Amino acid sequence: MTQSNENLPKISKDKFTVVGGKHDQTDQLAAKSVSFWKEVRLRFMHNKLAIVGFFILIIVALMAIFVPWLSPYSYREQLGVYNAPPSASHWFGTDDLGRDIFVRAWMGARISLFIGITAAVIDLIIGVAWGSIAGLVGGRVDDIMMRIADVLTAVPYLLVVIILLVVLQPGLLPMIIALSITGWVNMARIVRGEVLSIKSREYVLAARTLGANTTHIIMKHLVPNALGAILVTMTLTIPSAIFTESFLSYLGLGVPQPMASWGTMASDGNNALDTAPWRLIFPAILISVTIFAFNAVGDGLRDALDPKLRK
Amino acid sequence: MNKMPEKILEVKNLKQHFGSIKAVDGISFDVYEGETLGLVGESGCGKSTTGRSIIRLYDITDGEIIFQGKDIHGKKSAKELKQFNKDMQMIFQDPYASLNPRMTAGEIISEGFDIHGMYKNKKERKEKIGTLLESVGLNREHANRYAHEFSGGQRQRIGIARALSLDPSFIIADEPISALDVSIQAQVVNLLRQLQKERGLTYLFIAHDLSMVKYISDRIAVMRRGQIVELGTADDIYNYPVHPYTKSLLSAIPLPDPISEATRTRIPYEHEEVGDDAKSHEVFPGHFVYGTDAQVKQWYKH
Repeated sequence: MTQSNENLPKISKDKFTVVGGKHDQTDQLAAKSVSFWKEVRLRFMHNKLAIVGFFILIIVALMAIFVPWLSPYSYREQLGVYNAPPSASHWFGTDDLGRDIFVRAWMGARISLFIGITAAVIDLIIGVAWGSIAGLVGGRVDDIMMRIADVLTAVPYLLVVIILLVVLQPGLLPMIIALSITGWVNMARIVRGEVLSIKSREYVLAARTLGANTTHIIMKHLVPNALGAILVTMTLTIPSAIFTESFLSYLGLGVPQPMASWGTMASDGNNALDTAPWRLIFPAILISVTIFAFNAVGDGLRDALDPKLRK
Repeated sequence: MNKMPEKILEVKNLKQHFGSIKAVDGISFDVYEGETLGLVGESGCGKSTTGRSIIRLYDITDGEIIFQGKDIHGKKSAKELKQFNKDMQMIFQDPYASLNPRMTAGEIISEGFDIHGMYKNKKERKEKIGTLLESVGLNREHANRYAHEFSGGQRQRIGIARALSLDPSFIIADEPISALDVSIQAQVVNLLRQLQKERGLTYLFIAHDLSMVKYISDRIAVMRRGQIVELGTADDIYNYPVHPYTKSLLSAIPLPDPISEATRTRIPYEHEEVGDDAKSHEVFPGHFVYGTDAQVKQWYKH
């Protein structure tokens, strides 16, 4: 019935010699110690496109800070030269009211970046809170919270934004509210997914058997492990917010004159496409390049954070 | 084994249902101080669920779990819970999923110290982490390394060091070796035995590999479909199995010998439905078989 070792050929013990183990050597770790974030940085640096995007963003940010500050012209000053083509004194030319487009473009960068980043931060706060509560509590709470999010995305986004802007009067604050009101849903979904997956990992179970409370699990396990996904989502939210802002401004729902954003400038310039094309071309280039740069950085970050995703 | 030592854990009629799925359906067994009880069975038979219910990761559906004389699933004060967490620990199956990738080995091992406010002194804590690392055969200097820098066997030893960090008396090892290479399996099992000897630990060793379980266990419980079908000393189970499922399991163990392998026949197991009249029968002292009266009589004759 039972298997036994009886019918195995007997080999006498003295046919074996003990050569001794090499335990002290096998347990050495040869590679240099690299922390997770250091490795992410190294992988990010190997991605040329992401590095290009990163430097473009730095240049755009520096220009947005310093150009309106150091320029001899102000963004609202009418200089008396109307629709002048780009020249040594007006690098991007002037518009129909005689304002310097170079200064206005970098003033617009301030507004566009501010709107984009603020919208992303608001998405971050609402989305992370909403998603992590839904994921952690689970059950009926999760169902209700995610259905609310579903309803918000089911209503056509543009319709919501346009109605809001009409009701609230165009301006900086209404623009940010309009962008955030549905924007956080994406972040909430991603955070919820991460939380659901992390909370059932064995290291979280191990922490619970050690007696950890919920705060400990959130701070030590959930946040550090979900941070990558949150960061990537945020980096990719900024360009979409900038794009939406430009788009809404182009429809005439943007920040009011004499303030400038890339979208309003492009919208103005569109009317003079035949006679003064520089009024449209420069803001359009800035919008495209900035969005490209953000996307490149976001993709680079995603690849750096999760190398398994890359083929 | 005539005189049994003290019971450290008593499981009485434990039931754990998830909706309509009866993962564990009324099992009872005792674990004695200082012994290793092996819990074997195929995937999905409820052995991991049993372990997780005992350590309070799941709220049980019904039954009683008494650890060191106290019912552990009743209402408990925070202080009692903390003491329970110190006394009972768990080693997990997957050495890759059981270590947080954002923490160093030292942080993982000392996580319990943070939770219980122990070793606040930095030097003392570093010393304790070093001792724990060495006790599982790792190098003191490895405390600052991240989990991904270790091999599977080394990671599992970090998991063991974490389980030991609070000086528990009872450890549930949930398939601690099934994700490891065979050569590393022996290393980890020997480490567990050595630690048991040094610290007087009691193990509930969950596995699906009978040959490895026989090596480490004093007694073995065989589980199938949420029931313990046979429970006895390791030698009894191995040499005198009664339940046809146990016989079938034993017949599936390969031997590293081509001559005996050529003649080995596997015994297929045919499940017979048992009704409510099935119960645990003590066929020898300390050897229990689950089934109806008629079944057990028939099996025993063979």
